[in-house]
Amino acid sequence: MARALIHLPAAARKGEVVEVRALIAHAMETGYRAGADGRILPRDIIRRFSCRYDGELVFSADLYPAVSANPYFAFFLTADGSGSLTFTWEGDNGFAQTETVTITVS
Amino acid sequence: MTARGAAWAFSWGLLASAGALAQGAADARRSGFDSMSPRIQAMQRDDQQNPGMLWVADGEALWTKVAGTSASCAHCHGDAGQTMRGVAARYPDWDKIDRRPVNLAQRINLCRTRHQQVPPLPPESAELLGLEAYVGHQSRGMPLTPSPAKELDAPREHGHRQWEQRIGQLNLSCALCHDQLPGRVLGGATIPQGHVNGYPTYRLEWQGLGSLQRRIRNCVIGVRAEPPAFHSDEMVELELYLTQRSAGLKVETPAVRP
Repeated sequence: MARALIHLPAAARKGEVVEVRALIAHAMETGYRAGADGRILPRDIIRRFSCRYDGELVFSADLYPAVSANPYFAFFLTADGSGSLTFTWEGDNGFAQTETVTITVS
Repeated sequence: MTARGAAWAFSWGLLASAGALAQGAADARRSGFDSMSPRIQAMQRDDQQNPGMLWVADGEALWTKVAGTSASCAHCHGDAGQTMRGVAARYPDWDKIDRRPVNLAQRINLCRTRHQQVPPLPPESAELLGLEAYVGHQSRGMPLTPSPAKELDAPREHGHRQWEQRIGQLNLSCALCHDQLPGRVLGGATIPQGHVNGYPTYRLEWQGLGSLQRRIRNCVIGVRAEPPAFHSDEMVELELYLTQRSAGLKVETPAVRP
């Protein structure tokens, strides 16, 4: 399983706008490059990233071969209440990873 | 004077005697960090944004993982945050058993073969880079303090000579660009002073983490010369000289470079 680094404040006030940052290890092989043997390396990219806040979709993005390796996303959301943020990355060759982080809102 | 203070004084003494970087050099030397764009600087500063931290996290997991049937790194070395602090700032160092200089990656592999009884990790493998980055990260913010071992003087001098030696079809030496023309532009890229305080480094060009030796091979291939093999004596000698040349600059591992 790939490694992911997620950052968000562990605690926030209700209504506060917080920054969420997510970085995941992935080669994002474009499908256009040749390997050492001269053959084209098959495409292997993450195609979709999404973030759900207690089940509700708050952020999503489609990724394409031009996105660099180890894609990084930063976005803002309004802290409505304590709950969990679920991050999902899906891509080629059945790549799927889910990480869950909890946030406490007072 | 503390042991570290002594090592310091020694390294500066060597620098002055080498003459290459003597007067005013301490002020003129700049980490590659300073010539990067603010966006890439921000990327390095922020641990959640710095992709090198992915390797550091891998290394942290490997540190406590039992290798083969014997022990993990932590079994002997304990908490890396304490025992590994300052270690990477000193390497390459002298290996008393093999009687040759070894860099940090080779030291990790020697630990594997001698103490853990497992095969060495291949150069530039994710595991080796992870461990190297994790150990290197423990020295972040500390000045590079080359090992004061006397035995290293001769190999370091070999490294210095390689640095000045013209090589390849383009007939260039390292010194021609990195000592004489830093700050000028070559093929659209700014020539750095070539300091070694951030390795292993995440290079945007590589889209991954790589060692100093990978970086050196890049340059050598660039001047169309035959690059030395990973972990070869020539490479370690060059590393020894480069660490001396960058002595005192603060460790940035894992650095981000364009």
